[in-house]
Amino acid sequence: MSVGTSWYLTLAAILFTIGAIGLLVRRNVLVMFMCVELMLNAATLTFVTFARGLDDIAGQTAVFFVLVVAAAEVVVGLGIIVSIYRRRPGATADDIHGLKG
Amino acid sequence: MTNLLAAATIPDAITFAIAAVICVVGAFGVVLARNPVHSALMLVMTLFGVAVLFVEENAQFLAAVQVIVYAGAIVVLFLFVIMLLGVDRHEAIERDPLPGQRLIAVCLGILGLVELILLARGKWPHGPRSVSGPLGTPADNVSRIGKSVFTTYLLAFEVTSALLVIAVVGAVVLARRPRRAAGDDGAPFVEPDDSIGDLDAGEPEPLDQPAEDTEAGAAVEFADADAEAAPTGRAAGRTGP
Repeated sequence: MSVGTSWYLTLAAILFTIGAIGLLVRRNVLVMFMCVELMLNAATLTFVTFARGLDDIAGQTAVFFVLVVAAAEVVVGLGIIVSIYRRRPGATADDIHGLKG
Repeated sequence: MTNLLAAATIPDAITFAIAAVICVVGAFGVVLARNPVHSALMLVMTLFGVAVLFVEENAQFLAAVQVIVYAGAIVVLFLFVIMLLGVDRHEAIERDPLPGQRLIAVCLGILGLVELILLARGKWPHGPRSVSGPLGTPADNVSRIGKSVFTTYLLAFEVTSALLVIAVVGAVVLARRPRRAAGDDGAPFVEPDDSIGDLDAGEPEPLDQPAEDTEAGAAVEFADADAEAAPTGRAAGRTGP
């Protein structure tokens, strides 16, 4: 018998919160992107936990798709970051305000 | 709280505790590390911890995929971009364009954490069980996931393949070097015809970062020399990571 569901959910909540705070606090675009990955991982941990709690394989299948979407997101996001840095070397998130209204 | 642990065997509880500590320490490392490379390595630590928890929760296939795809591919991609762009300069912390933003962010984050933990302490999960198939034993985890993906979620799987192709094409288009105008030797980068956004037209150097002027100028000059060395046709078709 494994550890109870609530413990896993609590850990996922902690991971998600750390990722969210990091996303809000840091200014380096790459580190902000890593914080998004942290939040995604917390969400996948929740999916797997509920899959175990409900004895349902669909939760793990959802995590499979989340992984694929995360990979695609990273590829496109890093492409955007590379093109931004090529225009403005050393740019932080505060310098990217070209679309600000 | 203790009755939740009482149901678990001692090795399971110890494994969970160690993996949880690894995850949380790695997550703090991602946020607190000054160097982006250290952040990426700390992210690997967290991903391994989550993979251990996946094994603990009877998701062996996902644990393997987590290590292979996340730690093996995505973090390496991060490291490639970090090395490519030379993002080893430190953030300008003393310059805070939005005063009090960090404090408000931390307060709101802790508030959200308290809410989430209160939710997690409830009687979750409940509802109909095994709607799309039982979890099975650890031995047939892969076959059950495969059956689920290729029967119930077949359409989503096909759409996923289209998504990956679109992502690859998008990455190639985004990371392509902008085409140089003929006979223009002044500005290192002219307006590309299909750029993602006009961030700062005709102003390649940051306006408000006097400390990084030399580095920025050196980077631009390096990129300029690189573009001059290669033929224009090939430079236009060059792709990023």
